[in-house]
Amino acid sequence: MHGLAFDIAHLLAGGMVVVSFLLLYQVRLFALINVFALHSLVLVLAVGWQATIQEAHHLYVTAGIALIFKAILIPTALHRIVRRLGIHRTLEVVGGVGLNMLAGAALVALAILVMLPVTTTADVLAREDLAFALAVVLLGLWLMVIRHNAVSLVIGFMSLENGLVLAAAGARGMPLAVEISIAFSVLIALIVIGVFLFRIRERFDSVDMQAMDSFREGRRR
Amino acid sequence: MNALGFLAVTALLIVPASATVVLMLAPGYRFGARLNVSAALLSLLAAITLLGWRPEANLYLRVDDFNIYLIVLNNLVSFTTSVFSASYIAHELETGRLTPAYLRFYHAMYQALLFAMNLALLANNIGLLWVAIELATLITVLMVGLYRTRAALEAAWKYFILGSLGIALALFGTILVYLAAQPVVGEGLPAMAWDQLLAKADAFEPALLNLAFVFLLLGYGTKAGLVPLHAWLPDAHAEGPTPISAVLSGLLLNVALYAVLRFKMLMSANSHALAPGPLMVGLGLLSLLFAGLMLYRRGDIKRLFAYSSIEHMGIITFAFGMGGPLANFAGLLHMTMHSLTKSAIFFTVGHIAQAKGTQRISTIRGLTVTHPVLGWGLVAGVIAIAGMPPFGVFTSEFLVVSSTFARQPLLALPLALGLLLAFGTLLWRLHGMAFGKPDSGPVAPVQASILPMLTHLALVLIAGIWLPGPLVAWFKNVAALLG
Repeated sequence: MHGLAFDIAHLLAGGMVVVSFLLLYQVRLFALINVFALHSLVLVLAVGWQATIQEAHHLYVTAGIALIFKAILIPTALHRIVRRLGIHRTLEVVGGVGLNMLAGAALVALAILVMLPVTTTADVLAREDLAFALAVVLLGLWLMVIRHNAVSLVIGFMSLENGLVLAAAGARGMPLAVEISIAFSVLIALIVIGVFLFRIRERFDSVDMQAMDSFREGRRR
Repeated sequence: MNALGFLAVTALLIVPASATVVLMLAPGYRFGARLNVSAALLSLLAAITLLGWRPEANLYLRVDDFNIYLIVLNNLVSFTTSVFSASYIAHELETGRLTPAYLRFYHAMYQALLFAMNLALLANNIGLLWVAIELATLITVLMVGLYRTRAALEAAWKYFILGSLGIALALFGTILVYLAAQPVVGEGLPAMAWDQLLAKADAFEPALLNLAFVFLLLGYGTKAGLVPLHAWLPDAHAEGPTPISAVLSGLLLNVALYAVLRFKMLMSANSHALAPGPLMVGLGLLSLLFAGLMLYRRGDIKRLFAYSSIEHMGIITFAFGMGGPLANFAGLLHMTMHSLTKSAIFFTVGHIAQAKGTQRISTIRGLTVTHPVLGWGLVAGVIAIAGMPPFGVFTSEFLVVSSTFARQPLLALPLALGLLLAFGTLLWRLHGMAFGKPDSGPVAPVQASILPMLTHLALVLIAGIWLPGPLVAWFKNVAALLG
């Protein structure tokens, strides 16, 4: 593997982790959606670069799907939903920005500490890619934990999923990468349609998950 | 002879897939219900054919000793459930809870779910397995939200978020397994095929496998409803249509557990990897005890039995975690018995909820007087699921407890405690529902099809009294395979 190719792959995967951090502290819904589009765009570049250096042409398909779906269609749809539902207000973040950034840094450290020792036999590229991918997955999980709003929950899940696609692209010669990314796209499309069609706001008066949670067995009927 | 096996495997996938398309387009719910039953019957016949004629494995699909019985069980229960569903759905249409348009969608999704589960069980490829389970998750989410009530939407949304999270974790685990296999097996599809993985598992990097198993256990464990990842399960069971509760409890949980077991086999095949047993024993006991405690306060009849499903998944996971021929045997038997009994209970509960117009336990009293068939059916089902002789669940629970006592007496204490808790609560709840003083609620008889329920209970009863020799031999064989 020659140095530059490796460095660029490293840069792009690391870029995804940085953008994941950006997601953590966005307090406006539109900004959150835009940063997510950026996250997907970096993923497209990372997967495209992997396709070039591994000479795995099916990965271009994966990158294409990510570009059309997650960098363009889904953010546009989410923008429309937010405008239509009239929820473009500031979001509350559990715990405050400083604490969340610290927690995020701890999660990245955890990802590296977990992944690097166990992958000593894998090649360097897959190894570092995997550590970054796990960091993105954990940060996505964390984003889902600290937000209550349904739209930011969806964005947290999608950023987590971007991490998974990064991991799949980094695993050399992994078959079914295209099929898996299609399956995920369908999943996400359904989530977004769900938010829209189920008209969560109409039914629950807000897209705040806590409002939905308070509604449980025992208090019903 | 292999050609017939190949045909049967193809039929298991093609029949539900094409039925989905036809049902999407076909108007009229009567026709839809009939087609649903016939398609399920065809799949069942194909599954039975596989018992005698087994095709050779390829890189995508494979029929072996382990999955064949789950395939037969899966198609048997889907067939009986489709019969139950036909009468259940007719009543829902009468009361106006569902419209014909939704019914069309419901029938199509039922077959699509059948397709996804068959694909997951037949898959010889960990990627394909993942795609199939993801598909099954999506379909059940849509089904759970079918009634479009506030509670149903909440249940569907919760299931969606937790289910997708589980699916995501499982995918990460799958990628890690591929990475562990790739240096040994080589790049591409063979490094994802079960048979290749199992044959060469000993040479895999153990640390990578350990990490993968943790992700896989958490991921597929979410789908199997193991505590602490169970939060979606009671809501999804309570708010969806009852046939779907029956399929969820009886089949989909088994499919998720099947995935965990496959990966457990992989772990056991590698002598340096972490022993997966203690993890599974821990999660199993936690689920059992938690569900045993939660059963006590349930006010909703479907939720009650949903928690009972968590309890039984706990017992099964515990048994496989203990490992060894006897415990594995008990686990396999319990998987079968639970699936048959729990779906029979949901058939009964579905008709009871329709007859009474409510799912609240406090308003369901004295069923044996007002609705003798349903009442006594519920009594038989609950006695069976609580683990009383002469039903088959007793046999398997007894085997789990006795084999644990013999090997790890300390672990048997929490196990027995959990079983007793669940036993007591279920019988106490049953007493009010079946023998309490009937109140002035509606006593209109429902046109129930009791045949599916009777078939299941009869099978469980027969298994409790006499297990056929070939079945025992087969269970023993698979138990040895599971390690």
